Amino acid sequence: MSVVETKRPDGWESYGDAQKERVGFFTDTSVCIGCKACEVACKEWNLIPEDGRVWTGESYDHTSQLGANTWRHVAFVEQRKPLQALLEAPPAPGDRTAPSAAPGGDGSTALRWLMESDVCKHCTHAACLDVCPTGSLFRTEFGTVVVQQDICNGCGYCVPACPFGVLDKRHLPATTDPPPAILGRKEDGRVWKCTLCYDRLKGGHEPACAKACPTKSIQFGPLEELRERADARLAKLSAEGWNGAQLYGRDPEDGVGGFGAFFLLLDDPEVYGLPPDPVVTTRDLPEMWSNMLAAAGAMLAGVAALTLFGSRR
Amino acid sequence: MSLSKLLESWPAVRQLREGDPLGLGRAVQSPRSRTLVPRIDEAEHVVQSVCPFCAVGCGQLVYVSDGAITHIEGDPASPISRGRLCPKGQASKSYADSPLREYKVKYRRPYGTSWEELSLGDAMEMIADRIIRTRADSWEWKTEDGNPANRTMAIGNLGGATLDNEENYLIKKLMTALGVVQVENQARI
Amino acid sequence: MPSLGTSFGRGGATTFQQDLQNADCIVIMGSNMAENHPVGFQWVMEARERGAQVIHVDPRFTRTSAMATKHVPLRAGSDIAFLGGIANYILQNDLYFREYVEHYTNAPVIINDEFADTEDLDGLFSGWDPEEGEYSVESWMYDGMEIHGSAGQREQGFKPTKGEASGHGGHGGGLLHGEPPAEDRAMQHPRCVLQLLKRHYARYTPEFVAETCGCSVEDFVQVCETLVANSGRDRTSAFVYAVGWTQHTVGVQTIRSAAIIQQLLGNIGRPGGGIMALRGHASIQGSTDIPTLYNILPGYLPMPHTESYGDLDRYIEANTSPTGWWGHFRAYFVSLMKAYFGENANADNDFLFKSLPRIDDDNSAYWTVEQMLQGKVKGYIIAGENPAVGHANGKAHRLGLSRLEWLVVRDVVEIESASFWYDSPEVESGELEPEAIPTEIFFLPAATHTEKDGSFTNTQRLLQWHWQAVEPKEDCRSELWFYFHLGRLIKQKLADSEDERDKLIKALRWEYPTHSGIQEPDAEAVLQEISGQEIESGKFLSGYPELKDDGSTLCGCWIYSGCFKEGINQTARKKPHWEQDTYVADEWAWAWPDNRHLLYNRASADPDGKPWSERKRYVWWDAGEGKWTGLDSPDFEEDKPPSYVPPKDAKAEDAIAGDHPFVMQADGRSWLYVPQGLEDGPLPTHYEPHESPFGNRLYSQRANPRRQQNKDLAEDPYNPVADEPGADVYPYVVTTYRLTEHHTAGGMTRSVPYLAELQPQMFCEVHPDLARDVGLEHGGWATIYTSRSAIEARVMVTDRMRPVRMDGREVHQIGLPYHWGKRGLITGDSANDLAHMALDPNVHIQETKAFTCGIRPGRRPRGADLPRFVAELREQARSRLEASVAEPPMSGRTSRTPSAPGGRREEDPHVEPEEARKPAQ
Repeated sequence: MSVVETKRPDGWESYGDAQKERVGFFTDTSVCIGCKACEVACKEWNLIPEDGRVWTGESYDHTSQLGANTWRHVAFVEQRKPLQALLEAPPAPGDRTAPSAAPGGDGSTALRWLMESDVCKHCTHAACLDVCPTGSLFRTEFGTVVVQQDICNGCGYCVPACPFGVLDKRHLPATTDPPPAILGRKEDGRVWKCTLCYDRLKGGHEPACAKACPTKSIQFGPLEELRERADARLAKLSAEGWNGAQLYGRDPEDGVGGFGAFFLLLDDPEVYGLPPDPVVTTRDLPEMWSNMLAAAGAMLAGVAALTLFGSRR
Repeated sequence: MSLSKLLESWPAVRQLREGDPLGLGRAVQSPRSRTLVPRIDEAEHVVQSVCPFCAVGCGQLVYVSDGAITHIEGDPASPISRGRLCPKGQASKSYADSPLREYKVKYRRPYGTSWEELSLGDAMEMIADRIIRTRADSWEWKTEDGNPANRTMAIGNLGGATLDNEENYLIKKLMTALGVVQVENQARI
Repeated sequence: MPSLGTSFGRGGATTFQQDLQNADCIVIMGSNMAENHPVGFQWVMEARERGAQVIHVDPRFTRTSAMATKHVPLRAGSDIAFLGGIANYILQNDLYFREYVEHYTNAPVIINDEFADTEDLDGLFSGWDPEEGEYSVESWMYDGMEIHGSAGQREQGFKPTKGEASGHGGHGGGLLHGEPPAEDRAMQHPRCVLQLLKRHYARYTPEFVAETCGCSVEDFVQVCETLVANSGRDRTSAFVYAVGWTQHTVGVQTIRSAAIIQQLLGNIGRPGGGIMALRGHASIQGSTDIPTLYNILPGYLPMPHTESYGDLDRYIEANTSPTGWWGHFRAYFVSLMKAYFGENANADNDFLFKSLPRIDDDNSAYWTVEQMLQGKVKGYIIAGENPAVGHANGKAHRLGLSRLEWLVVRDVVEIESASFWYDSPEVESGELEPEAIPTEIFFLPAATHTEKDGSFTNTQRLLQWHWQAVEPKEDCRSELWFYFHLGRLIKQKLADSEDERDKLIKALRWEYPTHSGIQEPDAEAVLQEISGQEIESGKFLSGYPELKDDGSTLCGCWIYSGCFKEGINQTARKKPHWEQDTYVADEWAWAWPDNRHLLYNRASADPDGKPWSERKRYVWWDAGEGKWTGLDSPDFEEDKPPSYVPPKDAKAEDAIAGDHPFVMQADGRSWLYVPQGLEDGPLPTHYEPHESPFGNRLYSQRANPRRQQNKDLAEDPYNPVADEPGADVYPYVVTTYRLTEHHTAGGMTRSVPYLAELQPQMFCEVHPDLARDVGLEHGGWATIYTSRSAIEARVMVTDRMRPVRMDGREVHQIGLPYHWGKRGLITGDSANDLAHMALDPNVHIQETKAFTCGIRPGRRPRGADLPRFVAELREQARSRLEASVAEPPMSGRTSRTPSAPGGRREEDPHVEPEEARKPAQ
């Protein structure tokens, strides 16, 4: 067992022989062309309702954020700096052939346009899982985190628990027009998010977004393998002088025990609207649980009492 | 239901028995989750197709059940696209199922203010009649300079870049035989 | 495209998308590949990951620029200056691939001493006829050779094989005799092509490029250096373009410029090289190969012209090249007539040639709209196209449609071209009233690609079959069904006609088996006819070399011949790429011609037939086996040795030497200089766009003199340009484009919820400086206007739109996606309503990539106020123009050469006589 597996996803061990290799996404934004095929592929496969037709003015991003009706979301960031520090030097001062109103306004013509396909992180230690009182949110045999729609009652406890704002209750699209009827149920109140295409995984298929991705910015595979690939990729980009290249969520030592879906970014996470140092919001919960278990031990014969704290129905 | 079965179905018992004391994994796996099958595995048949949008020519797999398309995704076998699709290609099923899609002929009479219903058969007859009439009324054997023309300049046909080769072939063949020379498509645009 | 056709012999992309991975440098220009061909772009990314340089030259910083190793902004419409600058850099510094250029191109050929360059005639080539506004091309010819179908013959009914006759996407055309042309292998003769090029481009210095294109000298030189460093024996560079190059009044010559560079650098016919033309629609290549175009028959055979071709023999003679594969023109044509008319076409009746309809010079889509506006076109069928939104000057198109007697629209959704009579902007403004529109309209719902069998020809000439998945519902039908049954009905109705004009339709061979309840014609049966058969035996042909000129074979499109060889639908071959030997994957579908993926691939070997380098081996001569071999089907006669020298009287392909890879050209070489086949010159020259805020830095001839304009068409007024008074009413450069999330005129995507939400609204892209100057607010509204119309759009203020510095002033460029219209889940104004209909003379394509406009904050006027607003601005511009004509301007800022070739130019540099600017309406 390698070092990266020392921190194992909560609940994953329960599968015993049925346990599968932990899989996830490595989203390499250095090759993302911002086409949004992932957003559409996800919706087509998972039959997700439209998320509203709102022009935001946020560069080419009009879906704005992850939510019940958007499980892959592409962020666009326009920046006045070069992609690679080595490649583009500002023109010599007094060069009158260069456009005067350079993007930087400081003589630099450098410009870059960052694109990043965001998704549920499938945390190693997932707060949503911890707080779900119904057992709807669970850890699959693949080590991923999934909301079971036949269980979810829409209590919404998981929504504030997620440090990334991924979990969301489904509501009407924010469009002024009536939404087309074919696009699934409108208001159902349940929580929806990326399942890492749980059904496809069971059939041996890769998730829809990864399959569609034209440039393989979204890579799917065994997490351990993805981490190795990501390390190599970061080393290459760093050697080539790419500005701000960094891995996000790759580290099993971080506040959520590492992401099952992690990223290579070209700037700090907050530039993409991601929390810089996410921490599982239920960090102290294990201690609480063990205290409660000790108390419960005394009442072992009392099934009803056990049910009170153990059953999540 | 026997008492043991009843007990086994109790979550708390499952949680303990299945080594999932906190109820985070297997113990809370729902019946649906346990038996989930991807719908592409349930399709009656799969058809190899080609994306209808741009000219990259990505391969598509069209999954069909009960005479309806259940899903479209990239065909990994294609040496060009290797299974990948852009957002438009990926939305091909939604395109074919668009809420705005038209399924019936619509007819607007001259100076009319609304669409009317018309059967497809009647529409075909009427269109054929109009082509024959317009062609007869406007036929040119010669140009004004006396050169051979053999044509009608009163009919045009537009479209083709989104169509199949076989369709374009029939269009050009039919129009040429009818003396219609204004046959054009988006390639010009 | 005639640009690629005249340069290399065939009008298609010279390479295929997967081969881009082998490039050491890729120049993407006139294309936004990452956005508009995202899946094809994976091959560019493969190349980048292998260390290739990816250069994007574009007015805008797009998602392609974001992936490039270098983005160079330039002024929209200045591409020829930029590319000419690269050619000049190569020529002045002797950086061309000497051996390739000498052997494979027409660089050593000596040109007629009557030829005069634009450098001699202030922006015109020799042969300009100011009366006709056309060139006569005799003086452009190779020394000692007559042009094919010369002017002398024209009086007898011939027309020189220029753009029209040689076809859209056409071929190089013939040279009159099979003798090798006079040449100087040392390439020193002052009239040899290489020296002509050198002189022609001498003024395209890096400084000139920077000043004309608005880029920096450093950026430009870096592009040149990168390209040159990545070309040669061991390295290759590719060019990628799309409609960013074609949609100009100089579109064809822009692509020609790239063809010249790629020839000089030796990058054609080699892996990782070539010119990748990216087409925008699933079968846009197919719809020119098997054309739904007025000027050609399938396989780029010219449509008979009213002024030419008295009988079959003369038509054949005028189009047959004595040398090269066009030497078999008669076989191609006769086989087509047999496919069309079966036994009704035979040698005794000239295969019905005399009954075929004749075209004029221009019967293209825009011409047809003019005819509609004049009430001359009565009936129109639209199948899978949306001119009300997708064509330049949408208003002219909608008004045209409103003057028809009848209109058939076939589409999957009700597009604007079907609904214009009740919801167009003209109805809103009161210019049209439904009660007053006589057009009878039939809207027929169409089937989608999943509801029919058939083949698309993709951007790399690959015919790919798609199988039907489900039955179309209710009235939805394929075009195959519609046209087949329409033809059947018409034939039925005319079966008893004795009228002479019905002879051809009665003679039409129109029997195809049908299947299923709706009697869908069998698409494979049609493909079989296209591929060709021996008539008597029914044997399927394996390729065009088997076609006969005696009427014993039939073939619906000679370049597609063999796509059903051995009775097998070759286009439906779907062997997975991982089961194939090479990345060429030649068992996936079928590429024309003869399943060749990389065209002219004999050039991947040196004159002796050996690979130029191990790294770039592709096709080579195997002396032991006595044949060409390699990764692809050789684009050369398999057993013709490199040493082959044609005998004196050799004809057709036998006249092509063993070291001449361009087998469709009469001389077997690629053409740096095009002696015939183009309307606007043998060499590309920098002209300003039809509408531009600038004059031409090189010549007093401002714009392409041969461009097509609608001088008498009230519906297509033009903005004042350059230094003309009134030009300041429309001071900005505007360029239109597509977004990944939508498709062309939007009919296929505005109706799809998942796509509608990704780009939900029409917007304009402007630089922060322009926003500040004009008072535009990010996220607010802007009104953009031209002489044609005004539209509104949400404002996106972004650094990605870069201003350029020209003539000491800053000029802003405004970006407009053109996907929106009145219908769909998302609606908005159409960018094309702003565009004009001045056209490229070779292909009649409009200039939507660079024209001029004005912009103001706020939403546009509503109702009748809209046309009033547009008219007032036009009037404002016109009054300034008229005032200036009465009173010459004081400003002496312009410094253009006053020289007037042949005394044909007026002294006032503001008014170009050949343009005779029409006053705004």
